[in-house]
Amino acid sequence: MTLVRDLVSQGLQMLLVLLLAPLLTGFVRKLKAYLLRRQGPPLLQPYRDLIRLMRKDVVLAETASWLFRVIPYIIFAGTWVAASLVPTFGSGLLFSWSADLIAIIALLGSARFFLALAGMDVGTAFGGIGSSREVMIASLAEPAILITVFSVAMIAGSTQLSTIAEYMGSSAVGLRVSLGLALVALVIVAIAENGRIPVDNPATHLELTMVHEAMVLEYSGRHLALIDLSSQLKLLVYVSLIACMFMPWGAAAPNAGVAAFAVGAVTYAGKLAACGILLAVFETSTAKMRVFRIPEFLGAALMLALLATLLRFVSGSL
Amino acid sequence: MHGLEFDVAHLLAGSLVLASFMLLYQDRLYALLNVYALHAFVLALSVAWQAFVQRAPHLYVTASIALIFKAIIIPVALHRIIVRLGIHRQIETAVSVGLTMIAGIGLVALSMVVMLRVTPGADALAREDLAFALSVVLLGLLIMVTRRNAVSQVVGFMSLENGLVLAATGAKGMPLVVEISVAFSVLIAFIVIGIFLFRIRERFDSVDIAALDRFRGERR
Repeated sequence: MTLVRDLVSQGLQMLLVLLLAPLLTGFVRKLKAYLLRRQGPPLLQPYRDLIRLMRKDVVLAETASWLFRVIPYIIFAGTWVAASLVPTFGSGLLFSWSADLIAIIALLGSARFFLALAGMDVGTAFGGIGSSREVMIASLAEPAILITVFSVAMIAGSTQLSTIAEYMGSSAVGLRVSLGLALVALVIVAIAENGRIPVDNPATHLELTMVHEAMVLEYSGRHLALIDLSSQLKLLVYVSLIACMFMPWGAAAPNAGVAAFAVGAVTYAGKLAACGILLAVFETSTAKMRVFRIPEFLGAALMLALLATLLRFVSGSL
Repeated sequence: MHGLEFDVAHLLAGSLVLASFMLLYQDRLYALLNVYALHAFVLALSVAWQAFVQRAPHLYVTASIALIFKAIIIPVALHRIIVRLGIHRQIETAVSVGLTMIAGIGLVALSMVVMLRVTPGADALAREDLAFALSVVLLGLLIMVTRRNAVSQVVGFMSLENGLVLAATGAKGMPLVVEISVAFSVLIAFIVIGIFLFRIRERFDSVDIAALDRFRGERR
């Protein structure tokens, strides 16, 4: 019986992230438009885009190999599996025990690896530029996020996300400077990985500074729909990750009743909205960086993460 | 494990180390001065917390000295000096920012390893304060080594002195006389350095200390 309930809870969360991901992107877009005093596209526009793209035919370049056709499915599967491992409204996930935080990062990393391959597959110049920039960003962002994970895991005593979320929710955490540093580092990495404004502009198309768009320039039809959906899903994964590690309030306990799950769902929606608002305000208040300044930006994240680990080492050894 | 007292002290001392890193990261003079003011403000908070924890009222005097002199007077004075010198406001670094950051992390790790090994018997509060204070001192030295501009070297020196104050308050019982004399000696050093800045500027039209090396014939 408990197994059935856990399965239902896990399935619900997986469906929920898939359904909410375009909404979060639409929400951020709408909010950014409001902040710039524009009307902006409707809130549900990302869903319509996805449905329209699904119906359209795929146009393939003559030089595209089989890899080019397979990669959208690989990326989508990897991102969705990663999303299913991050607790959303309830902290106890059935699949959570099969993989920890490091596995989530590995899944997202391999999705990015395949995307970079796809960018180079057709052989256009734009795809190559996009891939090389994406890999440059990734080579700095991944050590930063791994060290962040280490410092959080050292504090919580586990790399399992459910355990970390439960520990952060308890009163044993106290006041820790390491956690603050880790949060800042994780936010910087999340901004870089999702191609948000100081690093990459998600609204640009056909511009010399673009990173993500340059890689997916050759995709069309359902392939493009899947890639768009996975990048929306990735944004949701990072927001949920930050929410469940640093804002664990209100999430339902593993064996809670329906009422607790309802409370968890409402607070989860609140957290998503809060993060979306913060993201939109941040994006409208900063300008995009030059590509050559990105290493400094991400280097700051790496440094903060290292510092968090060092400080945790001091307070832990006393 | 530890109480709130330790956690807050840890938080403040950790923030001081972080402020040192922010000093190391800045490449504009005005931003550097603002971060230095923040550095001194965090120091004042940290010292005041130590005064509260140790129930040592004289430490409040130290905290207010840090707040008034270092967080307000010295940054404002340096601001005026920069305006009067009319130097351009970008800092020329001797080593690139990334390398400096890595060196800084290495220094912090070194000071923690050293301090935690050396002081096993001491009180936990004093130990972590000493470890952070040593890293702030080393980072101050690093700022002085990696910057070519004399003003930013002054800021490095001041942040080094902040580290010394942190160490002294953590070690329970630095007499007030010593504290006041240290504060005054720093103030006097500040004045002397300020005068020197003007002299260097008059002589060489720049506060880049490479001009001094060239003048002495050490570098072409």
